[in-house]
Amino acid sequence: MTTQGRISENKGDSAMSGPVLSVRNLTVDLPKGMERKHAVQDISFELPRGEILCVIGESGSGKSVTANALMGLLPPLMHVSSGEILFQGQNLLELDEPALRKLRGRVVSMIFQDPLSALNPLMTVGDQVTEVMAAHGEGTAEARSARALELLTEVGLPDPALMLHQYPFRLSGGQRQRVMIAMALALEPDILIADEPTTALDVTTQAQILDLIQQIQRKKGMSVLFITHDFGVVSEIADRVIVMEKGHMVEQGVADTVFSTPQHPYTKRLIAAVPRLRETDRPSASSDRTDDPVLTVEKLNLVYRSGGGWFSRQREVKAVDDANFTLRRGRTLGVVGESGSGKTSLGRLLIKLLDSDSGRILYKGQDIASMKESDFRALRPKIQMIFQDPFASLNPRSTIGHIVTIGPIAQGMRKADARAKALRILEKVGLDAGAFGRYPHEFSGGQRQRVGIARALMFDPDVLVADEAVSALDVSIQAQILELLDKIQRETQVAMFFITHDLRVASQICDELLVMQKGQIVEAGPPSQIFYAPKNAYTRELVAAIPGADHALQKA
Amino acid sequence: MAGFLVKRLWQSIVLLIIVSMIGFGVLHLTPGGPLSQYALTPGMTQETMDRIAEQMGLNRPLPIQYLDWAWRLLQGDWGTSYRDQQPVLTVIGRHLFATLLLMVSSTVISIGLGTWIGIRGATHRYSTFDYTATVGAMIALSIPTFWFGLVGIYVFSLKLGWLPAGNMYTIGDGSLLDYLHHLILPSVVLALVNIAIWSRYMRTATLDVINQDFVKTARAKGVGERRVLMKHVVGNALLPMITLAGMQLPNLLSGALVTETVFTWPGMGRLFLDSLGYNDYPVVMGLLMFSAILVLLGNLIADLVAASIDPRIRLA
Repeated sequence: MTTQGRISENKGDSAMSGPVLSVRNLTVDLPKGMERKHAVQDISFELPRGEILCVIGESGSGKSVTANALMGLLPPLMHVSSGEILFQGQNLLELDEPALRKLRGRVVSMIFQDPLSALNPLMTVGDQVTEVMAAHGEGTAEARSARALELLTEVGLPDPALMLHQYPFRLSGGQRQRVMIAMALALEPDILIADEPTTALDVTTQAQILDLIQQIQRKKGMSVLFITHDFGVVSEIADRVIVMEKGHMVEQGVADTVFSTPQHPYTKRLIAAVPRLRETDRPSASSDRTDDPVLTVEKLNLVYRSGGGWFSRQREVKAVDDANFTLRRGRTLGVVGESGSGKTSLGRLLIKLLDSDSGRILYKGQDIASMKESDFRALRPKIQMIFQDPFASLNPRSTIGHIVTIGPIAQGMRKADARAKALRILEKVGLDAGAFGRYPHEFSGGQRQRVGIARALMFDPDVLVADEAVSALDVSIQAQILELLDKIQRETQVAMFFITHDLRVASQICDELLVMQKGQIVEAGPPSQIFYAPKNAYTRELVAAIPGADHALQKA
Repeated sequence: MAGFLVKRLWQSIVLLIIVSMIGFGVLHLTPGGPLSQYALTPGMTQETMDRIAEQMGLNRPLPIQYLDWAWRLLQGDWGTSYRDQQPVLTVIGRHLFATLLLMVSSTVISIGLGTWIGIRGATHRYSTFDYTATVGAMIALSIPTFWFGLVGIYVFSLKLGWLPAGNMYTIGDGSLLDYLHHLILPSVVLALVNIAIWSRYMRTATLDVINQDFVKTARAKGVGERRVLMKHVVGNALLPMITLAGMQLPNLLSGALVTETVFTWPGMGRLFLDSLGYNDYPVVMGLLMFSAILVLLGNLIADLVAASIDPRIRLA
């Protein structure tokens, strides 16, 4: 790590050319009884003036704790036990609360991951932006309003004058994140800390927000500390990178160098685990003979209707508009699209959690779309689902054994048989037999997702609907789960319907892709065609927005 | 908005009709009835009884009696008290002031104190204050109101002699100060349970909000801790409380029943109890309708207030 040496030589330089912020030997303790003693341990780094420094790591690596420590906003149970954070010769950790408060928003600003919860729902956008200036006694009320208008224009919000008086719930996720950025920029701070600011956004929105942050950073010469778990994002914007693992800083250096020649094994693993767009299509999992259709969807439609009471006009939204496709044995059909494109609705139609308005879903020659629930119940086990959130999809009061066997037992399987099968399948998904009697909270997110897969497999399904099944997982775990799904498909020849917003993931696991926009399937074809020769304009836009697509990462 | 009010009005009317039918039916099904008090009069004969029943219209079939009562009600005639031959509205009106006085003062105390205790408990979680408040709330919730009333009278009236033991004013005095003096004990006793309920709800609501991102955003903006708490935390935590307050309105009437009895407070709670004892059906029905209207009104006001504070709620 030669670069680290170069940076530390800068220490003696004058304040103007040196780093804007230095963190030295920072250790933050976790409350007693946690799995490790320190949230972050003995980390040192410098935030260079006018650059974007990315902190990358998986969940629990301590990257957010680091950011919060810089802001003096650690949760009450966490304490800095040693180290210093130097800003203009001052150790921020020695400042009292009023002094820190003066720095927040003026010198250091922060934007958060979830734009849906980061704005006060009861205050207008304008009030929230002007609040920063008011808190620091900046300007008169009129001057603050004028400045807020200027800021909203600067971050590219449509109709900023109207936006001032809007409440957050009327704004999309991307718009709210722009408001957050406007707020953070209000007093032209030296440092912007961005804690996973694009993780909750769609790819195209993510690309726009990244672009905005980069533009503003260049224009104002701000220093940005950008926290992310996505190497694709890092490769888009980072000047320098810090890699964190379990509270330790394992590597730091110039972004391009870290990508091309990672030193630490963890960095190498992390980079290797990043899902990449495949050059060629995935080798088919189906044995040649069995390429026959399992589920055929014809002219399927779903319309959401809202309002339409006695006194209000009915509104209609086409969630699924004339969908046609075929699921084949041993093959994976992927659906990609942004939030609101109708991909989840489509998945729910297939397992009849929603009823379609018209069209047919043929399963073994029978139209299940028009079937009554009572008639469909016998077929239900054959079409199973894996959910997105492994924390919300398992009942915390049931043991894994109960969760996995309750379905088959309800369908008439004998208890002893169900148990034997469950043990076999748990082993198949990579959990040991001891998991049977334990509760969900004892497992990590990746392990829980394995339980979710085991639950679906208990029925020997013909069709698996996986709705964002790996989206909530860290990249390394994500790669493992994708591998597991691939293995299972090769063994059982199950047909998969794989819903995802992440095109890189889709390219890993899918044999064929549907691109959805506003309820319509705008393009269909094998991944190689979708990614490298897209015909539809929207598909091209989606592909272009994939973070890190055209950077060193792809070649690495 | 207008649409919402029209819809709500329809629903309310349907509800009131159902409530009045059930109330009327159940009341007349109870054994005894208004005539039972005449039965004990010496020299009472069956013929006289029948004549009285006919005069009062009690010998007609129940549905006819109900329709007759409802028709008069629609015309603004709430009937006449069997007990003192005065119009029901006059009787209720006479007791309304006393109950309102008690309700308003105890609500102010309970919401004010309960909210404060709840917020402080949440911001100082697991502190001595929090534990004390939790234990205090459990005690207040598990001990019946009349016991607190009796203990209050014993301590503050009999032993210390600071406060009057009952009634709303001293006969011959009736100054504002005299009213307040009489008000203290019953309103505090009535408030105790509600302070407990409010502080528990408010604590939970505050804890729900206090860890949300927008609170962190406010801190990250450099907003002072006081404003973070008042504007961002409490503002949002109070939202669910509004609905609760709407439901508390009728609760106060029933809670007042016990308190008014203990403190011989001339309010509607006592009127209800007395009227039941005398089988004074018109007054009981009047009170029933009155409290049903209060329930609906409380919920309506809560919905309107919530909608005016929370931009996400649109009434339709």
